[in-house]
Amino acid sequence: MVTPSEVKAEVMDAVAIDRALTRIAHEILERNKGSQGLVLIGIRTRGVHLARRLAEKIKAIEGEVVPLGVIDITLYRDDLRRRFDHPKVERTEIPFSITERCVILVDDVLYTGRTIRAALDGLMDFGRPRSIQLAVLVDRGHRELPIRADYVGRNVPTARQESVKVWLREEDGLEQVVILERPESRGSDRRP
Amino acid sequence: MAFTRKDILGTQDLSASEIADVLDATESFIEVSTREVKKVPTLRGKTVINLFYEPSTRTRTSFEIAGKRLSADVINISSSSSSVVKGESLKDTAMTLAAMASDVIVVRHPASGAPHFLARHVPSAVINGGDGTHEHPTQALLDLFTIRQRKGTLAGLRVSIIGDIAHSRVARSNIFAMRTMGMDVRVCGPASLLPLHVESLGVRAGTDLDAAIRDADVIMVLRLQLERQEQGLIPSLREYSQLYGLNLKRLEQAKPDVLIMHPGPINRGIEIAPEVAEGPYSLILDQVANGVALRMALLYLLAGGPGL
Repeated sequence: MVTPSEVKAEVMDAVAIDRALTRIAHEILERNKGSQGLVLIGIRTRGVHLARRLAEKIKAIEGEVVPLGVIDITLYRDDLRRRFDHPKVERTEIPFSITERCVILVDDVLYTGRTIRAALDGLMDFGRPRSIQLAVLVDRGHRELPIRADYVGRNVPTARQESVKVWLREEDGLEQVVILERPESRGSDRRP
Repeated sequence: MAFTRKDILGTQDLSASEIADVLDATESFIEVSTREVKKVPTLRGKTVINLFYEPSTRTRTSFEIAGKRLSADVINISSSSSSVVKGESLKDTAMTLAAMASDVIVVRHPASGAPHFLARHVPSAVINGGDGTHEHPTQALLDLFTIRQRKGTLAGLRVSIIGDIAHSRVARSNIFAMRTMGMDVRVCGPASLLPLHVESLGVRAGTDLDAAIRDADVIMVLRLQLERQEQGLIPSLREYSQLYGLNLKRLEQAKPDVLIMHPGPINRGIEIAPEVAEGPYSLILDQVANGVALRMALLYLLAGGPGL
């Protein structure tokens, strides 16, 4: 558990998170000229809650229901060989075809890009989407692969030894995005 | 979760939380087999060897499919077509395979304890695919998963295992695992096929089939090996089938939501009637399907991390 002294800065509060998601929902509809052919796929764990909220906002704006799926990238990670614990594998649930659809991949924090690389590999096993766009709540920089987000809630420049935590009420009981001071081993803001 | 075991040799020493972890991991692998592209890259570059000294359809194929769906390289060795016929010892065979950097060796052997012997001599992860009359842990784990999938829970369920208990490694592994998970187990069969002191495993034992059927949530039928008649343990297959065969008439006294299971292969009409095996309560094919996911989970847990 994080102690209050480890929180270096609050980047977003509940209101800011909600406004960012509302803006992203509008941007998605603007860029894709509506919600036809869109599907939302959240990356476990917190990307799933964000994807669901985006789906709700799109329904409120356009009146359309966008299909919602969940992808677990554990089996596609590139760092399994380096870990001594086994990341807990959860279910991927994509109960619809993604072929010829525009997939909006949703995650909480974009950092090195390796999680997104794993998600792209995973998605390709489910079909051939017409396109894949990426929506993240926070982009903290330090990309190690040529990956970029199409929709960003907030850009948060960080130092390598800092880490960014997104807390959501569905998962953590509160709504906040914070920068943590402690020198985490790499992967603190990645899935457990 | 930290799954720290090097090998899976039996269910006897698996803790309840280890069993729960394995069953939870199995859930995710069920989904992989429903995709159009049934492959994940998780064990890419790992080598899995199926070393089978006894014939097998489902276990071996299940492990082969499981390994391939994880992108591992899977090699099948059956003793009849290997240097075993030239007299090569188990230890030498295993050390040869280990020298070729095999990450996992799945072994089925007629001698109880063979996988344990192997595990001590090779750095590879060893999975027991069935050793003599001792254990068949992957069968028991997939059986538990299948029950949990249908019933939602395990603790408190009543299971009756029917058949040749004395010679059944499937029965033993199931008994150990079920007792660990808090299930109530009863074994039933002709007295000549019930081991002495089987109650010491924490089970009720009896020869009354109707009593075993009546209050069971799950009825697990074991294959009758046809050699038992020649060994004088049963008078005839016909008599066995009449007294201990599971048919629709016998099932009339079972609970309405009873589950019927069988590890396979079945002897139609002997220990189980075809209408029961193919009927609405039968989970026999579910067991097979779940077996692939369960074995994927075990391969992931044993070989998915830093390797040799």
